Amino acid sequence: MKVLMFGWEFPPHIAGGLGTACYGMTKGLAHNGVEVLFVMPSASGDEDQSSVRIINASDVEVYDTCRSVDEFMSKVNFLIVGSNMMPYVDPECFSDLIDKQEKGENEEFKVSFRQKYKFSGKYGKNLMEEVSRYAVVAATIARDNQFDVIHAHDWLTYLAGIAAKRVTGKPLVIHVHATEFDRSGENINTEVFKLEQMGMQEADKVITVSNLTRNIVINKYGINPDKVITVHNAVDFSGRSDLSVQRGVKEKVITFLGRITFQKGPEYFIEAANKVLKMYPNVRFVMAGSGDLMNRSIRRVAKLGISDRFHFTGFLRGDDVRRMFLYSDVYVMPSVSEPFGISPLEAMKSNVPTIISKQSGVAEVLKYAIKMDFWDIDALADAMYGLLAYPALSDMAIKSGLDEVNALKWDNAAAKVKNVYTAAISSK
Amino acid sequence: MKQSICFYFQVHQPDRLRLYRFFDIGNDFHYFDEFANRTILRRVADKCYLPANYILLELIKKYGDRFKISFSISGVAIEQFERYTPEVLDSFKALAATGCVEFLAETYSHSLASMSSPSEFKKQVIQHGDLMEKTFGVKPTAFRNTELIYSDTIGAAVSEMGYGTMLTEGAKHILGWKSPNYIYTNAINPRLKLLLRNFNMSDDIAFRFSNKSWDGWPLTADKYAAWLVQTIKDEDIVNLFMDYETFGEHQQASTGIFDFLKALPEAILSQTGMEFCTPSEAVKRHQPVAPLHVPFPISWADEERDTTAWLGNELQNEAFNKIYALEQDVFKTKDDKLISTYRKLQESDHFYYMCTKFFSDGAVHSYFNPYDTPYEAFINYMNVLSDFEIRVADKLADIKTKKVKK
Repeated sequence: MKVLMFGWEFPPHIAGGLGTACYGMTKGLAHNGVEVLFVMPSASGDEDQSSVRIINASDVEVYDTCRSVDEFMSKVNFLIVGSNMMPYVDPECFSDLIDKQEKGENEEFKVSFRQKYKFSGKYGKNLMEEVSRYAVVAATIARDNQFDVIHAHDWLTYLAGIAAKRVTGKPLVIHVHATEFDRSGENINTEVFKLEQMGMQEADKVITVSNLTRNIVINKYGINPDKVITVHNAVDFSGRSDLSVQRGVKEKVITFLGRITFQKGPEYFIEAANKVLKMYPNVRFVMAGSGDLMNRSIRRVAKLGISDRFHFTGFLRGDDVRRMFLYSDVYVMPSVSEPFGISPLEAMKSNVPTIISKQSGVAEVLKYAIKMDFWDIDALADAMYGLLAYPALSDMAIKSGLDEVNALKWDNAAAKVKNVYTAAISSK
Repeated sequence: MKQSICFYFQVHQPDRLRLYRFFDIGNDFHYFDEFANRTILRRVADKCYLPANYILLELIKKYGDRFKISFSISGVAIEQFERYTPEVLDSFKALAATGCVEFLAETYSHSLASMSSPSEFKKQVIQHGDLMEKTFGVKPTAFRNTELIYSDTIGAAVSEMGYGTMLTEGAKHILGWKSPNYIYTNAINPRLKLLLRNFNMSDDIAFRFSNKSWDGWPLTADKYAAWLVQTIKDEDIVNLFMDYETFGEHQQASTGIFDFLKALPEAILSQTGMEFCTPSEAVKRHQPVAPLHVPFPISWADEERDTTAWLGNELQNEAFNKIYALEQDVFKTKDDKLISTYRKLQESDHFYYMCTKFFSDGAVHSYFNPYDTPYEAFINYMNVLSDFEIRVADKLADIKTKKVKK
């Protein structure tokens, strides 16, 4: 079986968790005997191609342009929109990109047919334009390659998937890693919503990363439940170098790690921290990351008068993320809405007991993580206190958590994805 | 008695903190950005302290005791001079040797201790007085608090320490119809005389000198002397208090600020009836006219002339409360290095960097600020303070175990 897969990023160049998931999944698919042809907007050449062949969309020459583009335009109700939006991008990266674009450094990206298109492959201002151009190139790639099924990851690539399907008639599987509702709460960007909905409607099968997301796809996008299948993400820790940290603080450390935005629930973490500190002074809290609620969080912590016990690290990169996990005694993810949430797995792999909100997809696969409602500050404080004060509880969480995480293999998840492919092909 | 003009220049350089990350807490006792501190001091020394001191020395040689000025140099600035630019300290000593320059007392570390801890305030004032005596050979008799912060109770505390003269801002909301051009007294203890800054005349030099859209531009010494005559009318004294860095640093040499400084004594001596005097001389020459009531602290900063540039938001209040909560523990350690670091962490500048009043006085604030946002300043400061807390606690635990062994 051969699959044409459309992604937006691939390690080592990643801005969000999507690239990491794609990487794990392609490796798993390879072990399951599925050949993957991975298309991404802007490959650098240093991606790990051991299990996949990567096509750089920027390198594809669109010959016969006039005819094929016209043909393509007539087949696809082409969406041309010019707004800026950002799905997963971290704020630093986003503002850099905007700066560059404002200085006109991306001039060369102007649409010019009968040429190679250049893609930035990042999330930024001209995103919609890139999404559209990516679809044009996708059609060309689809025509020039042999495969059995098309697989598109997240809304940025849905249009490319649709284009490939229209041109070749092959079945389309789209993979929902997050929906617009997870990214923006109730104030959604309607253009993105429409694109997502169109992708889901055109698709033969829709894969969601959790039942939580599956319900959103069914209820908010109005998709037929029969074609929506949940395949939980897995996690791949192979090939990691050992890392050690010199711990400077004697107290136990409870960590929040992620973007400091509404969806991640930072305020619940702060309020619970304040409660715990009153009962258990021998602890420090760390909020690692950055985001639009960061300044508000800092002010709140100052106001509560706990800032010598509550630290902010700012945005962490690379090894510092793992170092932060090694520094931690408890990891908390109080997300208001989280399609899956890979970081608790990362924490458990680092032997850190974990507290997660019931409103996260990862809660569906974890037994040995403490779960609470994101809004329930008292329950959160209780859980934190329990893991600090009762070694029996944290020991069990550490040991069983590690076993549990080690059992989450991409090979198993990929086998389920393969089943979805088979179903999509046979339903054609 | 002839009318007086009193010049006072503030000299201070903070110990800027390095980027101190969460991971450094408990691991790294190295808080200060030596490179930035050295580079900035070197720059300011070359652009301001050395040329300005040279000019003032020449002026004193020329006019003898007809030209007098006063300085306040923070203890932490003196430490930096010793470490990085000893020639600057020598040039101040040369000025001191002329006898025409008065050096004032202040808090050793340019701190806000007067608003939090009377005991720490007193210790720092004594420490600074000793340093001045050791460095310049004269014990100070006049006092100026950090950023001219003053209130009735702070004044009373200063008087208690034996100072007869104190400098503060001629804040409009305190003075009302009264003129800053007289000597006043503390409302609690009338033995403490107050000199009030004439902010209009001071800021003409310190802020407006190079502003080309200001209708007074270009400012010449003759023009300024004429304004002084209009300002003082039949009153006693005009107090011109400003940052010393005005000369050559805030107002670049290219604006002509040094030529203005060179020409100013001649213009004042020839065109006005005023005589130069130092703060301690001024209170002997003129009678105080009234007590001045200042129930809430004032300062020379910003439009409000209050203390909100340092203690105006929750970040600043939190950092301030946390550092002064450590006072007792720090002194129990009897560890000189810890105490010295504790003083440096009290420098008012650290709190100034956390100021969120970006709109009206943002230009001045951002000029002095090594951080992009007040939040970064706060995080960095609290990380350092958290480590410092650990050091202090460790030291105390150490002492305790030693006692038990004995």
